[in-house]
Amino acid sequence: MAPGGHPGHLGANSGSVGESGSWGPGEELQKMLVEGLALLDLGVSPYSGAVFHETPLIIYLFHFLIEYAELVFMITDVLTAVALYLAIQDFNKVVFKKQKLLIELDKYASDVAELIRTPMEMHYIPLKVALCYLLNPYTVMSCVAKSTCSINNTIIAFFILATIKGSAFLSAIFLALATYQSLYPVTLFAPALLYLLQRQFIPVKLKSKSFWLYSTQYAALYLCSLVVIICLSFFLLNSWDFIPSVYGFILSVPDLTPNIGLFWYFFAEMFEHFSLFFVCVFQINVFFYTIPLAVKLKEHPMFFMFVQIAIISIFKSYPTVGDVALYMAFLPVWSHLYRFLQNIFILSCLLIFCSLLFPVLWHLWIYAGSANSNFYYAITLTFNIGQILLVSDYFYAFLRREYYLTHGLYLQRQDGTEAMLVLK
Amino acid sequence: VDKAWKELSNILSGIFCASLNFIDSTNTVTPTASFKPLGLANGTDHQLLRYAVLPREVVCTENLTPWKKLLPCGSKAGLAVLLKAERLFHSSYHSQAVHIRPICRDASCRAVSWELRQTLTVVYESFYSGQGKKDWSLFKMFSRTITEACPLASQSKIYVDISAKDKEKELLEVTPSPTSLHEAIVQGEKRTYAVYDLLSPSLFNTSRSLNVQLKWKQPQDSLELSTPILHAHRYVSGYGLQTGKISTLIYNTHPYRAFPVILLETVPWYLRLYVHTLTIITKGKENKPSYIHYQPAQDRRQPHLLEMLIQLPANSVTKITIQFERALLKWTEYPPDPNHGFYVSSSVLSALVPSVIATKEVDMEQSPLFTSLFPSSDGSSYFMRLYTEPLLVNLPTPDFSMPYNVICLTCTVVAVCYGSFYNLLTRTLHVEEPSKGGLAKRLANLIRKIRGVPPL
Repeated sequence: MAPGGHPGHLGANSGSVGESGSWGPGEELQKMLVEGLALLDLGVSPYSGAVFHETPLIIYLFHFLIEYAELVFMITDVLTAVALYLAIQDFNKVVFKKQKLLIELDKYASDVAELIRTPMEMHYIPLKVALCYLLNPYTVMSCVAKSTCSINNTIIAFFILATIKGSAFLSAIFLALATYQSLYPVTLFAPALLYLLQRQFIPVKLKSKSFWLYSTQYAALYLCSLVVIICLSFFLLNSWDFIPSVYGFILSVPDLTPNIGLFWYFFAEMFEHFSLFFVCVFQINVFFYTIPLAVKLKEHPMFFMFVQIAIISIFKSYPTVGDVALYMAFLPVWSHLYRFLQNIFILSCLLIFCSLLFPVLWHLWIYAGSANSNFYYAITLTFNIGQILLVSDYFYAFLRREYYLTHGLYLQRQDGTEAMLVLK
Repeated sequence: VDKAWKELSNILSGIFCASLNFIDSTNTVTPTASFKPLGLANGTDHQLLRYAVLPREVVCTENLTPWKKLLPCGSKAGLAVLLKAERLFHSSYHSQAVHIRPICRDASCRAVSWELRQTLTVVYESFYSGQGKKDWSLFKMFSRTITEACPLASQSKIYVDISAKDKEKELLEVTPSPTSLHEAIVQGEKRTYAVYDLLSPSLFNTSRSLNVQLKWKQPQDSLELSTPILHAHRYVSGYGLQTGKISTLIYNTHPYRAFPVILLETVPWYLRLYVHTLTIITKGKENKPSYIHYQPAQDRRQPHLLEMLIQLPANSVTKITIQFERALLKWTEYPPDPNHGFYVSSSVLSALVPSVIATKEVDMEQSPLFTSLFPSSDGSSYFMRLYTEPLLVNLPTPDFSMPYNVICLTCTVVAVCYGSFYNLLTRTLHVEEPSKGGLAKRLANLIRKIRGVPPL
């Protein structure tokens, strides 16, 4: 189907994958970019139409790299994996140190020896994380389809690396870049701040002066770099057109092209009267988990980061499988929670099954004409339920392990029988 | 200008009983090169020009009736008597037009008046319906004849094309005999017309009605039509409901002259054109247009506008292709029969076609019909505007029976997430205390005690 022979166009294989909407619009970057450049050549601003929604920095960057696009995307994936490897390596050291401190302070109960993590078991985790990202079929798909989320993932991975290494300056810059690219990483400000505070041994108390000082410093760094990047984009194309085209597009969801998220069909079938209301509700839904999670997980900012990234990938307005690949890469870090996970078998089967059905039902709807949009929508629903339950399962397992660590592994009721743990 | 445009389209919609009030910003464009105001208009600013097409609407009897009312005699006298709807719409092609332009009132051009020109074009297929003969008559076509000329008309004429191709003068015969013969050069060919002047008294003195008849002397077994110098064909290709390609083929059959043509394409916003896939190929090689004006569409506000000036070499076929992607619309934006598809309006080709025979300068007063129908500014070429076929494109449709279901299901998924996270965030883990049992348990234990079974 992909027409051959045109300069800069995708080859037949990747074209068919890229066109398949399920792996879809994290925008097929190559096509969008060539379109943007062609519009610039014709003397028309690329943002005057409704096709181009990339940021000016990406146009500028790829202006020179358009010939080597495949190589660039492979390199970004490798960079992401390397960044994650280094980050998790450092993180493991921090975890181990913290654990040792808590054991010495006698915060743990007496019979939790099984739950204590040893350096032996943590040795291969960074490698597992890197491999989990590189070999994930979702990552491969998004690399082949050349979608922007590979670049997003790289920036977020570098942001995590900078945060774990403790450099507030670099972390703020990468976070500003990530926010500039797609609006949602602004919620990662909170876990990064918590992590840096923990690293500086500043306790998170609302009355503490050092807490506010550090927070404002970090916020100032972040906001300044964001402003600098936006002004730089303005000077690149000499207009503010990109702001409604990029951010207005993300927030108001005008394009209803089917993707793996929940938004498109919802707004395709929405009554006009309620459209604005539900757009606001869905956007708030992404952002409002940050504060409660920050309150609950203030001792564990990396887990908070993981949950936040997962929430962004599930509820953002145009999700792609590349976003799913990013938070799935973190799962080996929490592999010690395996014994507390309740539904892992069903959920993994669900996710695999849905991923296999996505292209099939897409093809049946769009090309064969024998299925309806409802088939594809149903798979979207189940895939998102699977993701949500996966994240909440891990969250539950994490909380449970923390409880056991502080209260002992073998709990007994007053009459000596084995106790059950319940959320109340 | 947009306000005046909206008013104009609404007024015209009311006058002609046509759905012209559906013209809004989603199908209006501002062409830069293809159209120029006719008549005395001074303005060359293309920002004041608007062009809109409604490809889905068809012309019907309701549009014919107000059109006829605009004529000075209505359908009571003159040529308009022939225009009865039941025969008129029984044809292969039907077209109505109303043109208004400002012209000079007299030779010194001190005052400007408005000229209203109405045209009606009908194509009858008499070859297949007339038992294989190409004979026709006014009565056969319109089932009535002309009885008198319109008293308000200053000129009322019927022109019958009796050009003979092979210089055999006796190939056809027209009855009754015409009042005069007129020769003109139309679209590069010399044509002879038999003229019936309805206002001349000699026409109606033999019979009360005029029934022009044309008979061919020798049986015609094949339809021979000369191919026009410029013709075009447009089609959409591709399979599936995601992408597609619009291809336009433009033929220049002139043996040795090349000429430029302006192509205007208006594509609705829901077919997202990719201008980097625009290719123009002539005789196997790429042909770069000397002027491109592209205005990309904005979702739900403005259609795509693509105008190009392309040079057509002699005796060639030019293929212009552009790819597009189909968008999913909101369920209220689909027309009543969504699986019928969406229409893409015709593209417009405007060209000054070089003519084989040089045209003479004709005075507008002598033959107003020919100068307005076949305008030519200089003798060597004539102006032609071609409209290609409209296209029918299918878009992916959501299920229209599902709005409540979709809202409920999606909100359920969001609620699942909200619920699990709310539980995990606001509740803490506790060791479960064995409770004395709720009401149900106590009742069950009571019943068991009565039965003599050990309690729960």
